[in-house]
Amino acid sequence: MIEVKHVNKSFGSTQVLNDISSCFDKGRVNLIIGQSGHGKTVLAKCIVGLHEVDSGEILFDGRDFCKMNRSQRTLVRQEIGMLFQGSALFDSMTVEENVMFPLLMFKKMSKKEMLDRVNFCLDRVNLAGRNKLYPSECSGGMQKRIGIARAIAMNPKYLFCDEPNSGLDPKTAIVIDNLIREITYEYKITTVVITHDMNSVMEIGDSILFIHNGHNWWSGDKKSIITTDNPEVSSFVYASEFMKEIKDSITEKNK
Amino acid sequence: MKWLEGFGKYFVMLTIVFRIPEKLSVFRKRLFDEIEQIGINSIPLVALMSAFIGGVISLQTASNMSNPLLPTYTVGYITQSSTILEFSPTIISLILAGKVGSNIASEIGTMRVTEQIDALEIMGVNSLNFLVFPKVIAAVLFFPVLVIFSMGLSLTGGWIALVLSNLSSTDTYVYGIRYYFEMSNIWYALTKCIVFGFIIITISSYYGYYVKGGSLEVGRSSTQAVVSSSVAILIANFLLTQMILLS
Repeated sequence: MIEVKHVNKSFGSTQVLNDISSCFDKGRVNLIIGQSGHGKTVLAKCIVGLHEVDSGEILFDGRDFCKMNRSQRTLVRQEIGMLFQGSALFDSMTVEENVMFPLLMFKKMSKKEMLDRVNFCLDRVNLAGRNKLYPSECSGGMQKRIGIARAIAMNPKYLFCDEPNSGLDPKTAIVIDNLIREITYEYKITTVVITHDMNSVMEIGDSILFIHNGHNWWSGDKKSIITTDNPEVSSFVYASEFMKEIKDSITEKNK
Repeated sequence: MKWLEGFGKYFVMLTIVFRIPEKLSVFRKRLFDEIEQIGINSIPLVALMSAFIGGVISLQTASNMSNPLLPTYTVGYITQSSTILEFSPTIISLILAGKVGSNIASEIGTMRVTEQIDALEIMGVNSLNFLVFPKVIAAVLFFPVLVIFSMGLSLTGGWIALVLSNLSSTDTYVYGIRYYFEMSNIWYALTKCIVFGFIIITISSYYGYYVKGGSLEVGRSSTQAVVSSSVAILIANFLLTQMILLS
């Protein structure tokens, strides 16, 4: 479980996060949603320590990440897997080397054990046998799956996904969503997904935090987000004509 | 005040770079990769530059030796002195600042803008130590090799140019090279190239690592890295000459 308590973050005179508090549960897909530029990615980067918070607490199973020194943070970070928006695979390494990299750096395993683990992770994301390809030879969807394989290689307790569906076609996006959900349930991981894709919200959102202008504006689940009367959340959810039509048909049915 | 902030950031970066690597086997592999990238891949350029400039130095010196009171071996002596003292350590380092420096700044800069550095940090890897430390060690170990190689080729280039132009005999040229040869000059040159190697790698890494934005900024940081390392090499050259040769 990850707890975020009264987190504030500013860049210069711009306050990006304003007294954000939330709780991300274990074994669930926790979504952070909101419009672009409202602080979702900054919050995620604060949680994983890529940005230092100005004030507040970030607790990983009760351990305050903000008060840790570099070596303590290194240990916590070995429990974190992250899937980046652009996958962030190492260009100079093959698929196999990318997935093996965290094991090579931090685990005392034989080469065979590492290779077995890599093959297991690649198999888990349906990329068995693609070991020797380079990231540039893989499609966007494959790169995301390699990113997931690398993120789960160390058996993480926490998984962060920054806009996992950006740049993907709807079908591939659903494949990635399902993969994230399956992995979360299978390994009881605390998963945090940053997205503004409503399809993802409806597909995998066990718990949802809506951020607006750097504030914790609304929280709930995928059922309650459909029926909320919060104007900002509602205008975000029903931004497209298609979603508006769905809303109207639901309202008519209820009548 | 911005340059002062930059200085501070550069020295803070150095304190993070110079730490014991997390895994020595990974460091060793990266070190050999960097020796190949920074050192071995620079050999053709260094060889070409050294041979031709050595030839030009000896031809220009020979063409200016019109005074009959000057002994003929002076051409070899001047070629040797200018090659060892200045050309091989300084000019070759300036050329490498262009080749190696821009390469490093764009490599690390691209890793920054494509979030590869963030990925390293999230895994718990000290990204500066992982990326920059092997490059620094590779440069410090291999720059002296390149400079010695450059000295040899430059003197050979001078000899070929003189002999082919019938401006001097092999014996006279070799006598000139050996005349008043001081081993301390070689140590001076090697000290300089180690310092220059350090400057090129750390300054280029600094510009690459702290780049913000996209491909345009990566290109700009690459240019800035070359300019700043070249200026730093010239300043360091002056200071080292003052400290070592005139002390």
